[in-house]
Amino acid sequence: MPSNKSVSEEPITQFVNCRILKDHQLQREDLWVREGKILNPEKLFFDEEGYADHQVDCESKILAPGFIDVQINGGYGVDFSQGCDVRGGVALVSKRLLEHGVTSFCPTLVTSPPHIYHKVLPEMEVHDGGAEGAGVLGVHLEGPFISREKRGAHPEHCLRSFQQGSLTDLLEVYGSLDNVSIVTLAPELPGSPTVIQELVKMGVTVSLGHSVADLSQAEQAVQQGATFITHLFNAMLPFHHRDPGIVGLLTSDQLPPNCTVFYGMIADGIHTNPAALRIAHRAHPSGTNTLCGSIATMDMCVRHFRKASGCSVEAALEAASLHPAQLLGISQHKGTLDYGSDADFVLLDDSLHVKATYIGGEEVWRK
Amino acid sequence: MRLVILDNYDLASEWAAKYIRNRIVQFKPSADRYFTLGLPTGSTPLGCYKKLIEYHKNGDMSFKYVKTFNMDEYVGLPRDHPESYHSYMWNNFFKYIDIDPANAHILDGNAADLQKECELFEQKIADARGIELFVGGIGPDGHIAFNEPGSSLVSRTRVKTLAQDTILANARFFGNDLSKVPTMTLTVGVGTVMDAREVLILITGAHKAFALYKAIEEGVNHMWTVSAFQQHPRTIFVCDEDATLELRVKTVKYFQGLMHVHNKLVDPLHSIRAYKD
Repeated sequence: MPSNKSVSEEPITQFVNCRILKDHQLQREDLWVREGKILNPEKLFFDEEGYADHQVDCESKILAPGFIDVQINGGYGVDFSQGCDVRGGVALVSKRLLEHGVTSFCPTLVTSPPHIYHKVLPEMEVHDGGAEGAGVLGVHLEGPFISREKRGAHPEHCLRSFQQGSLTDLLEVYGSLDNVSIVTLAPELPGSPTVIQELVKMGVTVSLGHSVADLSQAEQAVQQGATFITHLFNAMLPFHHRDPGIVGLLTSDQLPPNCTVFYGMIADGIHTNPAALRIAHRAHPSGTNTLCGSIATMDMCVRHFRKASGCSVEAALEAASLHPAQLLGISQHKGTLDYGSDADFVLLDDSLHVKATYIGGEEVWRK
Repeated sequence: MRLVILDNYDLASEWAAKYIRNRIVQFKPSADRYFTLGLPTGSTPLGCYKKLIEYHKNGDMSFKYVKTFNMDEYVGLPRDHPESYHSYMWNNFFKYIDIDPANAHILDGNAADLQKECELFEQKIADARGIELFVGGIGPDGHIAFNEPGSSLVSRTRVKTLAQDTILANARFFGNDLSKVPTMTLTVGVGTVMDAREVLILITGAHKAFALYKAIEEGVNHMWTVSAFQQHPRTIFVCDEDATLELRVKTVKYFQGLMHVHNKLVDPLHSIRAYKD
């Protein structure tokens, strides 16, 4: 029976018998949800004299914030950069992602010709997740302003450089920057500092990747506002003791104060050697974001990352939830289980297999 | 009075919890007839609260038809401050049990009119037909609730300024920074607790021993306000051995000799399961 209705009449659900990830630790606490958000039960008790309408028994599982994937090019037969049936493709992927604990994601487009961007971007609208699938936070544009030598599998003929060194370059290629959350670019390209500044001013996260930048070019990019490194170690110069390149950002002393550089690592056991994962994580644990990239799923990467780096369960879970949310500047309501946050979360067993996924407090997938 | 002496803190906490459990279960509270319980805060009752929560989780007792009245609350401390007594009660008790939030009464130290708040509290107790069992503790200076030395033994719920001893004792909860400890509280009066049909005082630890001695082996004195309960018809003091260190050997031996009688109050241990249809 709910409250004195002084705040809301909506039903309240209490998730009991769980270990929730809160304040960087797994704690035996209940989780309270109302109207899709996490509720403060103490306020509910004293202010509203309320209690839960129903309880859900989590059977001692781990309850962690839903995973956020900031770099996913497709999956399940869908390639976001193909341009055919964009909405259908996003819908399919977003539905399947629920099975792996992902509640929000950034569909990622690799280097493509302008007509693809012009067609695809308007169809990838930002929207909340729900029973139909994980929420779309915004598109991640990985290219085409990247290095030729480090293009990886990106098509060479579509690569571009900055002609004016301003947003105009981007708008020509992409058409529009609505629906865009992240742009990966190579900071050694002439004109990049102003481009980075303008993107950051617009609220777009700038990431460094597919680049042969040296450390000072990378540091300059961070000083202009870049905050992410796309798949650390892959598609960039290797760490060299006299010029650590982009990898050196993890321990650089040239960064603006209070600035955290986040980095994604493909923790699928193939793209990065476990020893490299460990070195990066130990050097800069608060910036670690797990990415799956290829065929591995997010929950698989979280498990692999934990095993390979030897980090705590809490750290592995935060690398897939809190850190991506901080990167995108949305940690006020995503990536945590703090009061007032969106109730997007997963139930996991002790070996970090996803047993159930919830968006806005509603169960959207169960094993 | 009854003086129930257990070997250590855990056993004392458990005995007290069992007593409270039996009282509530045997009362058979219902929607027409609530059990009214007075409650303390501080480190002493933590073990007792834990046991009560355990009994609830095991299905042996319910707080659905229990109304609680806390003894006190700091003035001017935000309700959600980690050291407020609201936070204490939520984190150590209310969040684990099935009490109806509307029945959990704690004085509001941020009320616009503190005097009125105190009067309202007394009225709420009266409306609930008085307190069936008031559980309390004792300060090192012998105070009950925040009725500091010199408090009237017939006092009612009111605003009190804390004694230096109490502020010092509380400093450990405020990072040992004396400037951060609240200096005023709202507290039930000695008279308010005396009105309860039964009183159970929990006293553990050597640092409380002198206060216990003053409370039960010396006269009734407003400098040691717990001594007022010498004039209450039904008081139980539950303590551990350390708390008896300042008592006369004769007193301790006498009451230890009565343990077989006292234990009948907690054995058999009653459960609501027996009353379910």
